[in-house]
Amino acid sequence: MFFFKTPVALAALLAAGIACAADQPVIGLITKTETNPFFVKMKEGAQQAAQAKGAKLLSGAGKADGDNAGQVTAMENMIAGGAKTILITPSDAKAIIPAIQKARAKGVLVIALDSPTEPADATDALFATDNYQAGVLIGQYAKAAMAGKPVKIATLDLFPGHPVGAQRHNGFLKGFGLAAPEAKSNELGKAAEVVCMADSYGDQAKGQTAMENCLQKNPDINLVYTINEPAAAGAFKALKTAGKDKGVVIVSVDGGCQGVKDVAAGHIAATSQQYPLRMAAMGVDAGVEYAKTGKKPSGYTDTGVTLIAAKSVAGVEAKDTKTGTDLCWGKK
Amino acid sequence: MKSVSASPHTVRLPQLRFSSMTLRPRLPLATLGPLLALLAACTFFATQSDRFLSGGNLSLVLQQVMVVGVIAIGQTLVILTAGIDLSCGMVMALGGIVMSKFATELGLPPALAIACGLGVTALFGLLNGLLVTKVRLPSFIVTLGTMNIAFAITQLYSGSQTVTDLPPLLTSLGNTFALGGTQIAFGTVLMLALYGLVWFALRETAAGRHVYAVGNNREATRLTGISPDRVLLGVYVLAGVFYGIASLLSVSRTGVGDPNAGQTENLDAITAVVLGGTSLFGGRGWIVGSLIGALIVGVFRNGLTLMGVSSIYQILVTGVLVILAVATDQISHRTSR
Repeated sequence: MFFFKTPVALAALLAAGIACAADQPVIGLITKTETNPFFVKMKEGAQQAAQAKGAKLLSGAGKADGDNAGQVTAMENMIAGGAKTILITPSDAKAIIPAIQKARAKGVLVIALDSPTEPADATDALFATDNYQAGVLIGQYAKAAMAGKPVKIATLDLFPGHPVGAQRHNGFLKGFGLAAPEAKSNELGKAAEVVCMADSYGDQAKGQTAMENCLQKNPDINLVYTINEPAAAGAFKALKTAGKDKGVVIVSVDGGCQGVKDVAAGHIAATSQQYPLRMAAMGVDAGVEYAKTGKKPSGYTDTGVTLIAAKSVAGVEAKDTKTGTDLCWGKK
Repeated sequence: MKSVSASPHTVRLPQLRFSSMTLRPRLPLATLGPLLALLAACTFFATQSDRFLSGGNLSLVLQQVMVVGVIAIGQTLVILTAGIDLSCGMVMALGGIVMSKFATELGLPPALAIACGLGVTALFGLLNGLLVTKVRLPSFIVTLGTMNIAFAITQLYSGSQTVTDLPPLLTSLGNTFALGGTQIAFGTVLMLALYGLVWFALRETAAGRHVYAVGNNREATRLTGISPDRVLLGVYVLAGVFYGIASLLSVSRTGVGDPNAGQTENLDAITAVVLGGTSLFGGRGWIVGSLIGALIVGVFRNGLTLMGVSSIYQILVTGVLVILAVATDQISHRTSR
């Protein structure tokens, strides 16, 4: 909670209505949901950075992934609360644009975290994982791990139309050496080796259902790409129930602590780890800088991605699960 | 409303036992409670943030509740007849997609595109009404079905893609005008006007009283010569029209046609209605209460954000208030018997 310290400031503010805050920079962080551990961690990172820099952090979210109106509401409330910088992980890359335009017209700095808006230049800057590269890394690992065996691939994707889903999927194909669309494409690449493509919504239960259906379609699947680790956990459950968990390689993206544990346990062969705390901390730093000097960041900043695997394979550089645990987000 | 044939003079509702307690709000607790809760919340947030009571911020809260607020009008009508409508949010999303796609891809004049969107939502209302009255299915099941149907059509028709670059008329309700230095959205005014209109209709017209009567005792209503089916059909179609207006408000607010809109609006609207003191068992309630209910949720969401507190607490508070509201309704209903 935050109270204005002096009666003078209070009076000035009352007089000025919704004029800008006194000395402390106010930064708003809008995540897709408040419950996904990735975003919980991102919020913690932002909170720490804000405390360290003497800024006030407001946070909000949509009710569910895809809830654009909820994000718009949160943004309006934060700007009413004096936020001069908005950090947002857009739930809907296109639908959020008019609200962002309104905010920027009021002189608010808007930075997209984790995933871009569409078009990407609708925000001042983007701090995010290179999701295509994240896909390439696990694709390369999978190629080496399969060691020339014929592959039958299942991909458990996000949901239709989301750029992150397409980038990871296509990066994976590219890394595996299959024909794949380029990083900018929003279409999921198809290859003859991919025998089943299903939407998991990044959800464990839906991932399990998707994997079960894929196994019905083709029981010989031996390589599974998953959009994230909850989907991978669902895929593993389905494979285990079908008695196929031994011969199948699962690769994933995220690097959450539970995911790294699953890698250590051998459920997931490899995962590309991303760094939500870093994204948030960089966003807060940029907001404080903007409040102090008026300087805005621009363009895309890669927040880094690391391949984590329990078993190393020839020709692919990977960190072990101990390193992965040190750097993971979520409950260690 | 032409859906009820009996003239007000041929039906003498006051002769019926239920009528005396339905036509006017009886217990102050049921109507005052929500208002007091809203005032208490506002007072609390005013002490916590000096921005809360600014005209700009209060206008913002009104803008933020206008979509759920207008859906809640339709929902209140349905609930007053002892029904429930789960399809409202998805039907609203479909209306928004129809309006925005018709106006952009089909190139229809914006006003016509809006009319088409309203037509589609009214058709869904008609479908709900016909299934409830002619096939005699429970409204919960009917609208559970049409909710999924509307969602699927929305996704299929839009290809799950957001519709952008809308003509100005579609977003005009999101525009604002200055009133004493505060920017008020036209959509807010429309919402308040609709509440005023429906409040008047429910209180002062025969058709409005029939809505209460059907919700209270369908059989007794039928025996007085009113056709409950016609009342119900009228209510569901009208509710569809309100969802269509909400579509336009939603499109205006976000500036896009969003296929993922409306996913939680059904429960949000029911929450607003219940918080406002309308009984889920039908026949008792106050339309203005639903607006207050929507405002309570909006005020908590806004106030907690201004305080820098997680909006999860808003969900917690909403849950507690819903139970309090229903408990109050039950207790007051029992003691009045």
